[in-house]
Amino acid sequence: MPHALCPMLPAYRREVNEMEASAKEQPKARPQLIVSVGPHMRSEESTAKIMWTVSGALLPATLMSVYYFGLRAVWVIAVSIIAAVLSEAAGQKMLKKPVTTITDGSAFLTGLLIALNVPSSVPLYIPAVGSFVAIVITKQLFGGLGFNIFNPALIGRAFILISFPKLMTTYYEPVANVLGMDAKTTATPLGILKEEGMARLLEVFHTHGELYQSLLMGNRAGSLGETATIALLLGAAFLLLKRYITWHIPLSFIATTALLTWIFGGKEGLMTGDPVFHMISGGLILGAFFMATDYVTGPSVRSAQVIFGIACGALTALIRLKGGYPEGVMFAILLMNCFAPLLDRRMRSRVFGKAEAKGVKK
Amino acid sequence: MTNTNYGTIFKNGIFGENPVFRLALSLCPAVAVTSGVKNGFLMGVAVLFVMTMVNATVSLIRNFINPKVRIPSYMFIIATWVTVTDQVMAATQRAVYKDMGLYIMLIVAFAIVLSRAEMFASRNKLLPSIVDGASMGLGFLLALVLLGIFREFLGKGSLWGHQILVVDGKAVKPLLIMILPTGGFFAMGFMMGFLNWIDRKFFGGTGSGGGAH
Repeated sequence: MPHALCPMLPAYRREVNEMEASAKEQPKARPQLIVSVGPHMRSEESTAKIMWTVSGALLPATLMSVYYFGLRAVWVIAVSIIAAVLSEAAGQKMLKKPVTTITDGSAFLTGLLIALNVPSSVPLYIPAVGSFVAIVITKQLFGGLGFNIFNPALIGRAFILISFPKLMTTYYEPVANVLGMDAKTTATPLGILKEEGMARLLEVFHTHGELYQSLLMGNRAGSLGETATIALLLGAAFLLLKRYITWHIPLSFIATTALLTWIFGGKEGLMTGDPVFHMISGGLILGAFFMATDYVTGPSVRSAQVIFGIACGALTALIRLKGGYPEGVMFAILLMNCFAPLLDRRMRSRVFGKAEAKGVKK
Repeated sequence: MTNTNYGTIFKNGIFGENPVFRLALSLCPAVAVTSGVKNGFLMGVAVLFVMTMVNATVSLIRNFINPKVRIPSYMFIIATWVTVTDQVMAATQRAVYKDMGLYIMLIVAFAIVLSRAEMFASRNKLLPSIVDGASMGLGFLLALVLLGIFREFLGKGSLWGHQILVVDGKAVKPLLIMILPTGGFFAMGFMMGFLNWIDRKFFGGTGSGGGAH
């Protein structure tokens, strides 16, 4: 029984029970998705539509990565997506579930996100392993789409980052040459900041203005999808306009990171950090707009979403400034994924007409 | 139990109620020490010894223990045998003891040891109790060795400290995560699921474990 495995609200559980009761009457009908407080996913068609739209919103960033990292990026993206779709098909087959792989696009999106989260220098088996872990271990074994506790793409990335620490942190310099294969390796801006400090970063990029420009346009080392911030923002704006995501999580997430890195990020004391740099470098934009907003693994009550975003931002700033890794977006979102059901339960909108009388003990 | 069937007790300890995979007891050491086969094996041997001796001792004096203080009494007996094991380990296996001396001491707190003393040895005669302790310990040993093989091979490409996966004279470490604690949980989950699947597929079990009592 899937609902015994996953931490769901009592109301969901009731829904599941009702759905199962009706499923007994009509053997063919089965519960597809558990709808949360703000009903995002009503049927399979709309799930597919959302997944494909989000994939489409990532298209500008994907194209930019191909522009900067060349053919290598195409291979990484292709292998990652194909591995994800195949893992999904195999997993659903083994677990004796209907194979909905191609149509609902969720495996495609997970594969694409994993590709955007690895550097272009990785051997091609690494994104394949990441996709497998993301789809089979994180999603299928927990009951399939809608039942996973953690964001599949991020678990996939965490798995390969921890398993292949050296290969996963070897970054090529962007070459802006589609066929360029003889790229030099270098550290990411966040890596330089962590190891050598802001002064060295300015030495490489000359001025703050040029640094910001490189970060926005993607002309710097990094994972495929974290290079061109402006392309990511374009996709994010599209999703916001389509109302597939709301501002609550991304805004609170990014604002908290900016605020905390501004206050504590500087070497010369409080309030001397560089919030703009921290906002547009690393995986913050990608994570905040495309991964923290996952319907399944994030909270769905608005106030809970804001708290979720603030906590994600605080954890990101903490890891970036004090942790061992230069980047903390991934771990921040994964840690907060655990709390999403809890936040939802605590922040639940009160049912109309059921308010408790004041001063009456339960 | 008048008709004691040693075969049943033995099988129960290793398969039916395997401490790690079926009862899901003592998972902390099972995850913590199995980053290598050798550590897992020695830990398993230590537990096997302690469980056998504790069951024997408890069974021998079961009629003299006041039921009201039986749990503290069992703890004393367990602590005694763990201390013996600890001293022997420290004297003979210096290198390994450095790695996992702490976990040897922790055998005192293993749920599986106390539970067998309480469930079985305090109600049965000497010989069945010894067989039960030994088979439970053997089940634990087997589980730890299996986990150790799985994790050491995937994590370091070696078995019992000998490098097996070598490419171009360089040691290959396929999945570093498997020797980290995270990998322990992955390995445990996969093993448990796999064994349940085998049980269901070939032996008609329910896959829900045997911890009925």
